[in-house]
This record gives sequence, C-alpha cells and structure tokens, in this order.
Amino acid sequence: MISKEQILKIAQLARLSLTEEEEAQFSPQFSAILGYFEQMSEVDTSSVEPLITPTEMEFHWREDQSQNWEMGEKVAGQAPDHSGNLFKVPPVVG
Amino acid sequence: MELKNKSLFEIKDLIDGGSVSSVEVTKYFLDRIEKFDSDLNSFIQVNPKALDEAKAADDKIKSGQKGRLLGLPVGIKDLLCTKDLQTTAASKMLEGFIPPYSATVVERLKQEGAIVLGKLNLDEFAMGSSNENSYFGSVKNPWNLEFVPGGSSGGSAAAVAAGLAPVTIGTDTGGSIRQPASFCGVVGVKPTYGRVSRYGIVAFASSLDQAGPLSRTVKDGALISEVISGFDQWDSTTSEREVPQWSASISGDLKGKKVGIVKEYMEAKLHKDVEAQLKRAIDSLKEAGAEIVEVSLPLSRMAIPVYYMVATSEASSNLARYDGVRYGYRASFEDRPAESVEEFYCRTRGEGFGSEVKRRIMLGTYALSSGYYDAYYKKAGQIRRLLAEEFNEAFKKADVLIGPVTATPPFKLGDRISDPLEMYLNDIFTTSANLAGIPGMSVPMGFSEQGLPIGVQLMSAAYSEQVMFDAGQAVEERANISTRLPDGY
Repeated sequence: MISKEQILKIAQLARLSLTEEEEAQFSPQFSAILGYFEQMSEVDTSSVEPLITPTEMEFHWREDQSQNWEMGEKVAGQAPDHSGNLFKVPPVVG
Repeated sequence: MELKNKSLFEIKDLIDGGSVSSVEVTKYFLDRIEKFDSDLNSFIQVNPKALDEAKAADDKIKSGQKGRLLGLPVGIKDLLCTKDLQTTAASKMLEGFIPPYSATVVERLKQEGAIVLGKLNLDEFAMGSSNENSYFGSVKNPWNLEFVPGGSSGGSAAAVAAGLAPVTIGTDTGGSIRQPASFCGVVGVKPTYGRVSRYGIVAFASSLDQAGPLSRTVKDGALISEVISGFDQWDSTTSEREVPQWSASISGDLKGKKVGIVKEYMEAKLHKDVEAQLKRAIDSLKEAGAEIVEVSLPLSRMAIPVYYMVATSEASSNLARYDGVRYGYRASFEDRPAESVEEFYCRTRGEGFGSEVKRRIMLGTYALSSGYYDAYYKKAGQIRRLLAEEFNEAFKKADVLIGPVTATPPFKLGDRISDPLEMYLNDIFTTSANLAGIPGMSVPMGFSEQGLPIGVQLMSAAYSEQVMFDAGQAVEERANISTRLPDGY
C-alpha cells in the first residue's frame, strides 16, 4: 500500500503540486500499479548486469571547437519573462 | 484528382510526371484537413507556410532539382521540434513554445524536399495509449468516432487513415507508433534503436524513444524510414551503419525465410477478432513462401512492469527540465511576490503537467528513490537484459517474428481512462521491442466484427529491417486493404 503521506512525499521529491483529486486517486492507483510490478521479484537476476541502453555505444571523438551561437536572445525570448538574453524570475526566499 | 487514398509513391509519380503540382497536392490535403479535422482533432496546428513551401518545391521541380520527397506533404507529430513553428508535446507546459531549430528527422525530410503539412495531436509528452491525455483534446478514430485512435501518436495515425496526409511521423517509446497504426488501419514502423536521431524530439524515455513513419503502404514506410535514418552528430546513440535502400529492395517473396511465432503470444488471452486476423496473417506469410517455426520469449510476460519502471524512471529525469525558468509554462506569481524556490517549481509543474504525466514522473521518482532503486529500477534493467538475450536466441531460429499488436480491437473513448493500470496493460505486446532495441512494425490485416481495423506486428533483429519490410509487404498484398478509407471520408 502506498499511503497518502507517501504520495505527498514523492510529489515533493518530484517538485509537483497535486490537485485534491490527484491526491485522492494516486494512493490507490500507485498501490495497484506497484503491486502488479512486484512480480518482477519472481525473476532470478543474481549477477545480471542491468541493460541501461540498447545502443551499440560507439564513441565519437571530436575536436572541442568554439562556435559562434547567435540565438541567445531568440532562445531567451521563449522564457516566460526575460530581459535581453537574460531569464527573469520572480523574487524567491529560501 | 483523387489523392486521398493514394500511396506516397503514387503521388510522387504524379508530381514527377507533371500531372499535378506540389501546390495542388498540398492544397488538396489542407482542404481535407479543413473539412474533416473539426471532428477528428488530429492536428494541433497546420503549418501556415505549407503552401509557400510547396510553391518553392514546384520551382525546384521546374528547375530540374531532385529530392526523394520533393513536393510531398508530411504531417509531423507535435513532439518533434519544428523551427519557428509551435511545438507543444500536447501539453499546457509547452503551449506557445516556438523552437529555434528543427529536429534532425524534420531537417532530413525537408532536405529531401518534403512539405511540413502541420503538427499532429498526441497524448501529452507521448504518455498514453488512447490519445485521451492531450491538453488539446482527444483524437477520434475515423473508422468510428466513438472509439479511440490509439496513442500516443493518435493524431499521426488518424490523419493518414482519414486521408488528411499521405504520410506522417510518429514516435514510439512502448508502442506509440504501432498501436495507433493498428487501431486506425495504417502501417506504422518503429525503427531499430539507434537508426533514427532523437535530436530535437521532446524526450520521454531516452533509451526507448524512436521516431518513425505512419503510412498507407509498407513501401512508403520503408522509404520514409530510409530518409530519416542514419548517423547524426547531435545524437551520440545513433549508429554509423550504412542505411540500406529498403524500399527499392522490398519484395513480398519470403522463400527461404523463417517466420517465428511467439509461443507466449499465442497462449495469451486474445480477443477472437484479433486472433482470427493474426491467423490470416500467418497464413499469408506461409503463402508467400515462408517456413513457420515456433520461438519462445518467456520473459515477455514481464514486459509491462519492466517497461513502465524503465520508462517512468527516465521520464522523471527528462522532465525535470521543465522548471518555469527558461521556456514553457510558469505559474502566476502576481499576488504572491516572494515564496520559496521549491514552491515556485511545485506550482509551475503542478499546473503545467496533466495527471498522467504527473503519475509517471512520480512512479519514476519512486523507482529511483533511496531504498527502492534496487527493487525497481535496477531489477527492471536486469530483466531487460535477460529479455534482450531471449530475443537474440529467437532470432537464431527465425528471421522475423509475428504477433499481435494489442490483445483487443480499438476500445471506446472513456472506457479505460479511469484505470491507469488497465491502460498500461494495452502495451503488453509492443513494449518488448523497445526494451530490446529491435525494429517492429504494425501492418493492417483486416477488421473486427464492429468494423474497426486490426493490425499484426512484425519484428526483426536489430539492423535487419529488410526482412521485416518484406514480410510486411507479403501481409499487405494478401490483406489488400491499403486503399480503403472509412465511410464518409
């Protein structure tokens, strides 16, 4: 069982505020989902290295070269608030 | 001229032969979007510059320039960045976001002369199997508007099925191309992991995500796969292997080829209509000359927990970037001038993400958190390796595997959305290919008793796509439904 307190703790770790409806639903839903996932423990995986990516992972080395990138203001313009090429944020405490 | 159920190759021949211009083709599809998409909701936005791009393509054609897709319109899932054209991931979080560059997939399509028709609807951040999680509303299945089109690339599938675009691009993290392709009666290809650059695609689960085409024919899907595949310096997981010309070599003759039937998939509880179409497809492959063998993937029964642990863990990390600072949604702070930075993040993310996205970020956060990492994320990675090894063994016995795409035909809007676990279980047959990194495709075979499409899934070993396309061609030739459109379209 995943309690409501655990749900609120996970939400805090993930930096998410939840609606009242989500707070009420997530506890039984997570219990059902994670309960179902428990079946993974049936598989013997001792000394198996986890597969993190299926890529062939060829390493590509290249010279580290500087390039002019002139999209600074355009990119900053996508921010909710900006000044020139700087991001503006509201005052925060703590 | 009727273009709505023509293949990309057929439209290409018409353009190359001078009987129709790119402007005429593009306008034809834009008019159809205007006429039909208020019901379907498959597009989030059409490209306001599509006709200008088509005009430029016509000028190139007149001056004798070539391109594998010159003048042909393509729809793009709204998860791929398009320079100067809004890219939302169907999320409030990215509403209004205008990318400063295009995804490599989009660049490659444009380099070959393709016209971007518009941006297609999806489940928010590609998280969903029914397209009911979009901030911009559900997409409907053109075969019956009461049914879902599948997801997450629901818009990409519905648009091709309804003849609103000859071909579209989707992405597939756990079935998001193949499942909607099956539900809408079109071809959908998930390439080998590492074939197609992920650069410029809004990241969901980076070790699983691949972009690929949805199309009317297998040959069209092979052509688009060729165009978008290949090494990209901006994605270090792309392969330097040469990209074969699959569409030029395609053949429905399977003499000397072995097709593997997955024992566990045949023993699974399948809807009778799905089972009937799967048997027809197996018979088609036999008729095409293939030898049928049985293979076993015992750990495929673990695909859902393994996939959802890996995908949500990666998502919790990838989606940490949405912080309300540099781009995307920011909660209003008008009446509360000073609060903690944590509160700033929590409210921004809490208001910007929909419930399914929050659920997955939190499942991933839990799987990666101290005390649970070994039991969930690490365990899933270990089973993932064992499953990939089972596939390697299976491909020693068979060149291509056949199975269902989903256990049931398309379901109704609203039927499964309130139970996330039931929705996740839809992905039981599609997630294994993403976990193992192998290519998979869905090819339309027939219809359910209710008249909704049913596809079959074909998978080959990594970087052995030709035999998968050939088997798809054999199925398509015998199914003989690639020109069919839903009533009223």
